[in-house]
Amino acid sequence: MALAFDEYGRPFIIIKEQGQKARLRGLDAQKANISAGKAVARILRTSLGPKGMDKMLQSPDGDVVITNDGATILEQMDVDNQIAKLMVELSRSQDYEIGDGTTGVVVLAGALLEQAEKLLERGIHPIRISEGYEMASKLSVEHLESISQKFEFSVTNIEPLVQTCMTTLSSKIVNRCKRALAEIAVKAVLAVADLERKDVNLELIKVEGKVGGKLEDTELIYGILVDKDMSHPQMPKRIEDANIAILTCPFEPPKPKTKHKIDIDTVEKFQTLRQQEQNYFDDMVQKCKDVGATLVICQWGFDDEANHLLMHRNLPAVRWVGGVELELIAIATGGRIVPRFQELTTEKLGKAGLVREKSFGTTKDRMLYIEHCANSRAVTIFIRGGNKMMIEETKRSLHDALCVARNLIRNNSIVYGGGSAEISCSIAVEAAADRYPGVEQYAIRSFAEALDSIPMALAENSGLPPIDTLTAVKSQQIKEGNPYCGIDCNDVGTNNMREQNVFETLIGKQQQILLATQVVKMILKIDDVITPAEY
Amino acid sequence: MTVERLLKDEATEEKGDRARMASFVGAMAIADLVKTTLGPKGMDKILQSTGRGHNVTVTNDGATILKSLHIDNPAAKVLIDISKVQDDEVGDGTTSVVVLAGELLREAEKLVNKKIHPMTIIAGYRLAAECARNALLQKAKDNKRDPDKFKSDLMKIAMTTLSSKILSQDKEQFAKLAVDAVLRLKGSTNLESIHILKKAGGSLKDSFLDEGFILDKKIGIGQPKHIENAKILVANTAMDTDKVKIYGARVRVDSMAKVAEIEGAEKEKMREKVQKIIAHGVNCFVNRQLIYNFPEELFADAGILAIEHADFEGIERLALVTGGEIASTFDNPESVKLGHCKLIEEIMIGEDKLIHFSGVEMGQACTIVLRGASSHVLDEAERSLHDALCVLSQTVNDSRVLLGGGWPEMVMAKEVDDLARKTPGKKSHAIEAFSHALQAIPTIIADNAGVDSAELISQLRAEHHNDTTNAGIDIISGGVGDMEKLGISESFKVKQGVLLSATEAAEMILRVDEIITCAPRKRENRM
Repeated sequence: MALAFDEYGRPFIIIKEQGQKARLRGLDAQKANISAGKAVARILRTSLGPKGMDKMLQSPDGDVVITNDGATILEQMDVDNQIAKLMVELSRSQDYEIGDGTTGVVVLAGALLEQAEKLLERGIHPIRISEGYEMASKLSVEHLESISQKFEFSVTNIEPLVQTCMTTLSSKIVNRCKRALAEIAVKAVLAVADLERKDVNLELIKVEGKVGGKLEDTELIYGILVDKDMSHPQMPKRIEDANIAILTCPFEPPKPKTKHKIDIDTVEKFQTLRQQEQNYFDDMVQKCKDVGATLVICQWGFDDEANHLLMHRNLPAVRWVGGVELELIAIATGGRIVPRFQELTTEKLGKAGLVREKSFGTTKDRMLYIEHCANSRAVTIFIRGGNKMMIEETKRSLHDALCVARNLIRNNSIVYGGGSAEISCSIAVEAAADRYPGVEQYAIRSFAEALDSIPMALAENSGLPPIDTLTAVKSQQIKEGNPYCGIDCNDVGTNNMREQNVFETLIGKQQQILLATQVVKMILKIDDVITPAEY
Repeated sequence: MTVERLLKDEATEEKGDRARMASFVGAMAIADLVKTTLGPKGMDKILQSTGRGHNVTVTNDGATILKSLHIDNPAAKVLIDISKVQDDEVGDGTTSVVVLAGELLREAEKLVNKKIHPMTIIAGYRLAAECARNALLQKAKDNKRDPDKFKSDLMKIAMTTLSSKILSQDKEQFAKLAVDAVLRLKGSTNLESIHILKKAGGSLKDSFLDEGFILDKKIGIGQPKHIENAKILVANTAMDTDKVKIYGARVRVDSMAKVAEIEGAEKEKMREKVQKIIAHGVNCFVNRQLIYNFPEELFADAGILAIEHADFEGIERLALVTGGEIASTFDNPESVKLGHCKLIEEIMIGEDKLIHFSGVEMGQACTIVLRGASSHVLDEAERSLHDALCVLSQTVNDSRVLLGGGWPEMVMAKEVDDLARKTPGKKSHAIEAFSHALQAIPTIIADNAGVDSAELISQLRAEHHNDTTNAGIDIISGGVGDMEKLGISESFKVKQGVLLSATEAAEMILRVDEIITCAPRKRENRM
């Protein structure tokens, strides 16, 4: 009863317990939560691994998305259940932090919840379970550290990096040309990486897509791509050694901020005003010309007169360029964004070796390439593909690959994939469990079992008998003392992941285990679910 | 204990086999819908829009049909999407791509029912597509070096493309029109400079290609109707009284006399502008925006032909053909490039007066005037011609050519069949299925033409056992014919696009094992 009495003995109601208010308490609440979490994990389970299937999602507006990226599926899924929303956030945070392994983390959390349910049925207190899980996750993170290997690469030897990106891409629809895409991703990351500080600013890599052509036509541009064309159809389509003026002010008479009125009451005033106006345009163009600009990129538009003046003075211009692109152009060309014509100086101009306009297909689509920039730190990946869905999916896959390459530059420790790391952790946790007295021992053992579910799902999706494969690999790992044995998803013939060159980043794996454990702990702690009445 | 609600109300979820079924059924339904329009004897569809007036379109262009459909099935949307892309990229083959994808899925369904994993099917399809593409590459001919042969190739392609459209009766004439127009572009794929003008009346036979440029405008009253050695100023400027652009300015006067004064000043300003324009030494002035009565009168006085309100594309084309630049300010007449043409005159097509620019400097742009009995016929003729132009302009860039009439499909099918025999494992079933799907296209063409497809295809297959055969379906005689002799060709780029996009789409749909449909966004009831 949610009823309490104050010091005078008058009852007051804490929670209105009425028919329309749903409330779940105790074990029921936990079980309901667990089953919701499991349901989400079940959806993603079939998308795991190189042979994972895709999901087709139809958005409220009728657009279709086809993907097997865990984070995207959950984001688009229109989830209503609170616990399911937690799982969505879980995969999102893995996406933000690491960028890859978004499916794995949810599947692992689902497996942990499933094990917890069994323990709860035995009457073990949820807090004890979560403590056990916490210990086990610490154990496995340490174990991962011990089986991890340093990963050698340099700017000249990018092969190992390419291999890693290929592992990531192999589970996506783009695996037809994973080699080419992996190379693009690695080159892009290396182009913007600061190897001294071991930091990569992914903001500098812009991923653009355009429908049409083939996936093989995807290219890496050492420069910037702007989805705009020259403002006047007769301006030159190709400018070499361009000096770029980057403007955020329109080619228009200035608009003073203070409110004012100009009253025209005589013919003279009318004429002077007209004169004034013409001078404005002339001045503006002249200023650009004076500082030596050969290309004007403007955030705003300019009217026909200004347009013609620019064309006339042989000063090509691009209008309506978005703020983000403008910043990127400024970074790449080493120019400064100039907010007023008066402040335009030669030093503030950006430099680019080549600016060209390129048209595509039969439709009137043109794009502007700005290449060989002064500061070559900004790159663009330009994706072509059969249809919009394909391009969106390629974007997501490339994002994952870029993140993996970045993580390796930040921290070059790796563990082997194909479920081998999970199996090895599971063995280690299982062995360690016996050393812990108390109820936690059970929880730790369950954790080990939950870890097995990832290789199990991998085997299932690859069409292998799951239990046979898992047990065989596990016994092989123990017998040979070799933590690199995993599931041979692609039917290569060996299950040594080291020979197959299948690996993942150490931090990615660790993060997966930590995040999954955290969320499961949170879900286990809930013992009361109060849903407000629907309005 | 079950979860009552994971997704929002009205959101639905379909899993595993059911999801696959739903997408197969949807995709095949779309493919079957456009199937009957394939080939020279394909039928048309009538589309009625739900908008006001219930406009009717008669077409057999796959992309146009699919674009107008309201589809709820997500897999069907994928197919519509690929047909759109095919339209954007190469312009033709929009029906074939959907039909091939549909056939690939139909074969895949059979395999899935035989308990073959979709991933295995995909792997097989990929191998097969690669092999088919190589087969095409080997067989493609390239006649770029020989201009005469190349031109005859283009003619053949244009005729093949047009033979399946409404223009098939006069295909020779239109093929010539299209080839001439495309060759004028000199390798550019910018079809903007080919202007297609539709005028109802007459018959399709009366359509013609004009070397010059025709602008669908009238000449101002009192201005010369015939100018030789015209100097043209192409402009984009406001020819009413210029607004004062300085922010916050407004006219405030206290007497009628002052209003008149300012009006006078405005007029003066206009007159000045016109004077400046006249100072360029032009005798024809074309503006994108309106020209008001007053300036028009001034131009008429000066004996200058002024044309107002030409649309933006018209202006760009005109600038392109006459070699002038589009001007907006007129202060330095010496540096503005003027356009030239030998003769400007008013001509009549049907009952409409048009302005005809002939003897232009640059031959890049041209105008095709289509005549036809009704607007539906004209619309469809324009679409068909557009397809032909797209294909031709792509072929100019990538001059590889294949034979038509189901020949490429049979060549691919044979190679793929060979591959299936060599490949071990379950994949070979999928590869075999791919070859079946390829053969379905000539089968459909034959079916649409009302000939005995089973008989014909088996004959074709026998012919194709021989490596160097040119055998394809001869629709006219209803038998197997030599495509080389019949002069039926297709562009390599179109076929390759069809093959790759269809495989990609089929693969995409096959990979799906779950469909989650969100609740449709609620429309606000504005009553």
